[in-house]
Amino acid sequence: MQTEFVFSGFGGQGVMFAGQLLSYAAMDDGLHVTWFPSYGPEMRGGTANCVVIISDEEIGSPMVRNPKAAVVFNLPSLDKYEPLVQPGGLMVINASMVNREVGRDDITCVRVPANEIAEKVGDKRMVNMVMLGALIANLPIVPLSSLEKALREHLPQRHQRLLPANLLALKEGSVYLAEKAVK
Amino acid sequence: MSRQLLKGNEAIAEAAVRAGLQAYFGYPITPQTELLEYLSLRMPELGRGFVQAESELAAINMVYGAACTGARVMTSSSSPGISLMMEGLSYIAGTELPVVMVDVMRGGPGLGNLGPSQGDYNQIVHGGGHGDYHCLALAPSNVQEAIDMTAEAFDLAEQYRMITWIVIDGLIGQIMEPAELPPMQPLKTSYPDWATRGAEGGRKARLLKSFYVDTLEEEAVNIRMLKRWQEAREHLVRYRAYYMEDAQFAVIGFGSAGRIALSAVRAARAEGIKVGLLRPLVISPFPEAVVREVADRLEGILVVEMNAGMMLDDVLLATEKKTPVEFYGRVGGNAPLPDEILEEIHRLAKGPLTTSGHPRDRWFNRISKNN
Repeated sequence: MQTEFVFSGFGGQGVMFAGQLLSYAAMDDGLHVTWFPSYGPEMRGGTANCVVIISDEEIGSPMVRNPKAAVVFNLPSLDKYEPLVQPGGLMVINASMVNREVGRDDITCVRVPANEIAEKVGDKRMVNMVMLGALIANLPIVPLSSLEKALREHLPQRHQRLLPANLLALKEGSVYLAEKAVK
Repeated sequence: MSRQLLKGNEAIAEAAVRAGLQAYFGYPITPQTELLEYLSLRMPELGRGFVQAESELAAINMVYGAACTGARVMTSSSSPGISLMMEGLSYIAGTELPVVMVDVMRGGPGLGNLGPSQGDYNQIVHGGGHGDYHCLALAPSNVQEAIDMTAEAFDLAEQYRMITWIVIDGLIGQIMEPAELPPMQPLKTSYPDWATRGAEGGRKARLLKSFYVDTLEEEAVNIRMLKRWQEAREHLVRYRAYYMEDAQFAVIGFGSAGRIALSAVRAARAEGIKVGLLRPLVISPFPEAVVREVADRLEGILVVEMNAGMMLDDVLLATEKKTPVEFYGRVGGNAPLPDEILEEIHRLAKGPLTTSGHPRDRWFNRISKNN
């Protein structure tokens, strides 16, 4: 049994770290996990994405055509991944950056005003934690406590003073529950 | 030691450090750069040698010089950089020096692109530089294998006095996975009797060279090297088999292509197709006896590569065209997705299969209709 996640947005939105934090949590929970980034001539403001696969057995392909869940931080990411999410899957959408509705009714969508929440929490860089909190609340592949533990242990040293705000952002995101459950 | 979430390139770098790497010489190139970047910090921290050379040509010749001292030395690059190193590699081979090389392959030919590729298979497994020489080549498909193989590569290089490759691609270089690093080994303190380390204690001078004017002397050196190669062919047979016990069909693929094929094989198994996966861990020497042996029991084989069928030729030699073989490849810096391979497994299971013609031609005919 494996579950695939795509995190996608602008470079600088913390897309890569959100995926890494989920990977740390899965690893600490004893699961198999792969984190695979888009790589190459990337830059701040360009597009960035990573694929995280979590499984209870050895993982074959670290890439996937149709992920179970897409966490989209901006409009281009919604446009790209909306057609690709598995039927019955989940999209977590940063409503602060997306000005349109989702066309599909065979997937579960959660709209999170992540930029506003992050600013309320005290730092607009926390958008990624808000989105990750919302993802795990709707697709609890690891418990929120594992993410919190991973954050304590793996947030880079230079950012440790931001730990309380990050934890709060995760929690604030996790209250956004979709009306229908993910199949 | 507990599991850590490690990036392929950095894991190889730290594994080399722990295996007693004494000197590293390299030049940055994507998608390999993290390896060099990591060592630029780590090696000086430990008081060991690190040089970012002015070019790949300089780096490989620094490796050549350092290897003459019997020290554990390594360089890493990606496809275009590896091509630049080929002259130096031929000299290193001709001088019978143990050197560890890492190739994080990317799309080509030429400057190509940064995408993952297996287009250097022929260059590494079947030559590259001039002259009669062989290299050992290990092909990990995940971060743990990359760590374990890097640690072992230094031992193998010394045992066979051969260039030993870690062959990966951008995908394994960039991926992060949980893996465990081995404990730190002490640096070596004794050196082989060929190493040029200054004529300590007034002993007789030693000479290392790849230049033998006397053709009969050169022939003897070539034969000595071939003997070691034959030994490697006999003893260095490594592969991993999945779902092969009752398999009617098998996919054969190494590195990234091999692990991506695992997802397709599982999906096919879920549909009731009796297909297995054979993933060579050592691609040079190629595990031909193993392929021949399993081929006898199979109705058909699908070779999957991220090139236009380079290992395919080795599979065809091994099967002696007795077992039907089909091929699927992605070229130009692209990796297949599992559903593409699953479709090929369907084709294999449905048949009809043949031993005539060439699988590359059939593959090319199929893809050229869509391109």
